[in-house]
Amino acid sequence: MNWLLVVVGAMVGAPLRFLTDRAVQSRHDTVFPWGTFTVNVVGSLILGVLTGAAAAGAASSHLQLLLGTGLCGALTTYSTFSYETLRLAADGARGYAAANVVASVLAGLAAAFAGAAAAQALWG
Amino acid sequence: MDERRRGAAPWQGQWPVIGVVAVGGAIGATARYGAGLLWPTAGGTFPWTTLTVNAVGCALMGVLMVVITEVRSAHRLVRPFLGTGILGGFTTFSTYAVDIQRLVEARRPALAMAYLAGTLLLALAAVWAAVAGTRALLELRRRTA
Repeated sequence: MNWLLVVVGAMVGAPLRFLTDRAVQSRHDTVFPWGTFTVNVVGSLILGVLTGAAAAGAASSHLQLLLGTGLCGALTTYSTFSYETLRLAADGARGYAAANVVASVLAGLAAAFAGAAAAQALWG
Repeated sequence: MDERRRGAAPWQGQWPVIGVVAVGGAIGATARYGAGLLWPTAGGTFPWTTLTVNAVGCALMGVLMVVITEVRSAHRLVRPFLGTGILGGFTTFSTYAVDIQRLVEARRPALAMAYLAGTLLLALAAVWAAVAGTRALLELRRRTA
């Protein structure tokens, strides 16, 4: 039963990442991978809220599997983030590659901390 | 991604791709969930399982991208299924970020920093080594063929 929650969450999260990437990249004429950056930051924010809510007893383990392990896990990606960083560096855009790493980690962490703090304020 | 058109809805003409991404994502996420059940890591300790999942997923992405972009022209659904779907669903950035936040909250800042930098270095090294290694193997095969 638990794995079914993960499957359902992922079946929403992964296509959402694909569609967000298409929508975001089609609006930017840049080599910077804004699409992957966006899903990773948004997913970190949602998981931060969810984890904070769970710590406060406001989110069940089922909800964590559906939205956390399934949806957020599939919405965000480390493999595409690394591959795009490598491509930027290999194509001579080393500044963009470094910016992608620094910005993704900083924004992802800021989102996770903000989400957890918001959950703490709401349910703590 | 290819053939992006300005103004068109992102899902236009993409239903087969969306379908294989959804199925692939479910497979990848289930594998990640399974890894977490097999090798659980307690709160406040180093998240080895998530680090390993992310590093392995990055290495496989490196192999995949070399094979489908430099060796053979694959069917148009292969890359979305394996790359965007399975490997995208397998690896996770959100758990990485929240793991760091939780380590900081558990007053383990040194562990948080080690995990932050360790995942980053290992993931980038994995994708780089996989791309270089796959290319070298293919070159070797071409020469001996």
